[in-house]
Amino acid sequence: MRYPDVVVVGSGVIGAACAEALSAAGAGVTVLDRGPLGAGTSAAGEGNVLVSDKGPGPELDLALASLRRWPALLDELGVDVEWDAKGGLVVATGDEAAKALLGFAADQRPEGVDARVVTPDEAHEREPHLTPAVVAAVHYPQDAQLQPVLVTKALLAAVRRRGGTLRPGVRATGLRRRDDRVVAVRTAGGDVPCGIVVNACGPWSGEVSAAFGAPITVLPRRGVILVTAALPPTVRHKVYDADYVGAVASGDADLQISTVVESTAGGTVLIGSSRQRVGFDDSIRVEVLRALARRAVGLFPVLADVPVVRAYGGFRPYAPDHLPVVGADPRCAGLWHATGHEGAGIGLAAATGRLLTELVTGAEPHLDPTPFRVDRPGVLG
Amino acid sequence: MRITVDGEPHDVPPGRTIAGVLIAAGRSSWRTTRNGDRPRGVFCGIGVCFDCLVVVNGVPDVRACLRYPADGDVVRTQHGAELPT
Amino acid sequence: MRVVVVGGGPAGLAAADAAVRAGAEVVLVDSEPWPGGQYHRGTPQRVDSRVRHLASSTVWAVEGLRLHVRRGPADSPHRTPHVLDADAVVLATGAHDRVVPFPGWDLPGVYTAGAAQALAKGQGVAVGTRVVVSGTGPFLLPVAESLVRVGTQVLEVLEANAFSTWARYPHTLANVGKLGELARYAGVLGRHRIPVRTRAAVVAAHGDDRVTAVTVARLRPDWSVVDGTRRRVAVDAVCVGHGFTPRLELAVGLGCRLVDGFVAVDATGATSVPGVYAAGEVTGIGGADLAAAEGAVAGSAAARAPEPPIAAMRAVRRGRRFAMALVAAHPVGGGRHGWLLADTVVCRCEEVTAHDLDVALDRGAADVRTLKLASRAGLGLCQGRVCGREVADLAAARLGHPLPDADAFHRRPLATPLRLGELADTPLLPEEDL
Repeated sequence: MRYPDVVVVGSGVIGAACAEALSAAGAGVTVLDRGPLGAGTSAAGEGNVLVSDKGPGPELDLALASLRRWPALLDELGVDVEWDAKGGLVVATGDEAAKALLGFAADQRPEGVDARVVTPDEAHEREPHLTPAVVAAVHYPQDAQLQPVLVTKALLAAVRRRGGTLRPGVRATGLRRRDDRVVAVRTAGGDVPCGIVVNACGPWSGEVSAAFGAPITVLPRRGVILVTAALPPTVRHKVYDADYVGAVASGDADLQISTVVESTAGGTVLIGSSRQRVGFDDSIRVEVLRALARRAVGLFPVLADVPVVRAYGGFRPYAPDHLPVVGADPRCAGLWHATGHEGAGIGLAAATGRLLTELVTGAEPHLDPTPFRVDRPGVLG
Repeated sequence: MRITVDGEPHDVPPGRTIAGVLIAAGRSSWRTTRNGDRPRGVFCGIGVCFDCLVVVNGVPDVRACLRYPADGDVVRTQHGAELPT
Repeated sequence: MRVVVVGGGPAGLAAADAAVRAGAEVVLVDSEPWPGGQYHRGTPQRVDSRVRHLASSTVWAVEGLRLHVRRGPADSPHRTPHVLDADAVVLATGAHDRVVPFPGWDLPGVYTAGAAQALAKGQGVAVGTRVVVSGTGPFLLPVAESLVRVGTQVLEVLEANAFSTWARYPHTLANVGKLGELARYAGVLGRHRIPVRTRAAVVAAHGDDRVTAVTVARLRPDWSVVDGTRRRVAVDAVCVGHGFTPRLELAVGLGCRLVDGFVAVDATGATSVPGVYAAGEVTGIGGADLAAAEGAVAGSAAARAPEPPIAAMRAVRRGRRFAMALVAAHPVGGGRHGWLLADTVVCRCEEVTAHDLDVALDRGAADVRTLKLASRAGLGLCQGRVCGREVADLAAARLGHPLPDADAFHRRPLATPLRLGELADTPLLPEEDL
């Protein structure tokens, strides 16, 4: 069956995954992006596909659904996106953190998270360079990594193969409506007629939704990553300090660091991640770089004499309750949102695209969409 | 001033970098690349290209073209990517 | 009023001098152990005793007018941190050789012209005994002269463009005193019977573990090779330079506007960012005399000198005419892309070949970010300093349009690598002793 033409605004991994799933369902899809394709938040992250950092709740459900979907989706795309099921290792260096970590893992297991408590000795077998200060560790074999820019490009290429259109450098400036229904997206280069619009602009979703006359509250949080010189194999898993979980769920403006250290296919080590509410200010802050460096050297002392060659940052989109926003806008028929995935958009993209498409086409959703609905407290502006 | 490079002693005249010492001694390469295992030495000579890397006193990724050695420095060839020791 | 000057070459030295004369407290931060920069290598320059000279010191990050510095042996994990707050900053960070790739350019024994110059002039070290100098621009001549002085046999000097363009600017050359300089080089080369050939270049280097020969060919005006003109020359080193690339990390980090790939400045050397001035090659390639004049102007302005430095400003105007003529006379020809073979390394750090770039482009990479990640070009230790411009140019030539984010290669918030442990220990605020 043929659905009305869809315009997806935003070509990051969420927009790309929505466009891919919609085009697979038979929709005619146009993707607009004010800049180059996939060059915003999706190009500034580590490529996390994680379950380890999520406690029981709707986001974990979405993450597990996504984790199930990714292998088949990547198979369909047929492109090497550096998928690496390396697993995560969360370590605690203090008794209090250890207790919290073990409790968290115990809560996750009934939900379907493979969370295996390992001894400090076993942790060092897995990560020989890890600090001897580790007192507790949990191994998460399901955690994986992929190259976010490559996966975004692969999803968009699939859209184009199915006859969809990709239009980088085209800014959506508003909606044209008739009888409270979307009939076109306005751009500087003219209207793009459509029956359905998907706002997938990540941290810029708030401003785009306002331009569409249907504001939602999605805000940016700055994150910075350090990149070392290429090393021989040194860090095998995604390795986190156990304080990671606390920072994700918090909205404090003050600088938060939750240490994540991992290797890339190219041999470099990525050190994340900071969270700071500074609007869209992208200037470098030595305070943030120092905090990241301190935590990384704490986890892996051998890294102290390794060169850092680059620091890069991006903006994560978050809703006030830190849950993704996926669903129809109640104020404007034909307007949908898929945004607010904070630092988890890469991992959550596969299920998000699928869920949005199920909702748009009226199919039975593969998981409960209610927690992600647009008309929840704090999101509708 | 005297340093060793890959175990060989070298006298260092004042004002000479490790790269200067090595080229004056007739060497044109002292590093191998990480992927292709290809030899490399000085290219840009002013610290931009990172081709002339050596390991100095156990610390890898030192630009030989910029580094003025200290007496007794132990310098060696860098093989691809190395960890500090 | 504290002025921090970054860079100890002709522009930085002149800026520091002018600023201190105007009564400012001046700190000169220079990555070299001795003042003079690339130009005055081997002949250390005097620095006014009122200038606080931080030698062997590298600015690795800027936060507004706060500079984060590491002082000590290059790439050592044991350097001393300094944090400097400035009322005004003069960026005189200079430029490095631009080299366009050709087959074999990654062999040991292939040097940039600047490397050969630095080793010969600064350390009395010859990069080889039988050498060809190739590229474009007047800088090739002093390089050949320096090689001759350290006993190298310079077999030939190859200028890829024609000098005839300069005939259009006789007054410009005379005005900046370049004719005498050129005559001196011509004399040296003539005495040693070193041929200078125009519209010719080294288009390939050969050897297993080091260069043993080069292929020299005649070029059309667009730098494509004239068929049937390739000849092999036995060498033990080759020096290449195709102009210069400005060192923009700090300027970009500070948010300075760029024009045509250089820092945009007004007549006083002021950039688009209040309190930030720039001088020398980072604002345009024009040689040491122009750089020094620009430094004097920018240093005065940064220190809010009551009297404008009229003579220096006049020298800047004259020098800029020379600089414009230089750009016009020594373009980099698009035909150079034809020198590449599929297996020619384009990104030296990550060993990315021309073929690898083509594969990434075929897969749809159409911007710098994607191209970097898909091919790994520019992701290595040098962070695209050597290959960035060529990768962007090559991709634009293949795609038929410029990349939308070609400037992305300039963005390096860490202006130079430092050890993770140094970063972990860095102070955030200026120390008390300054």
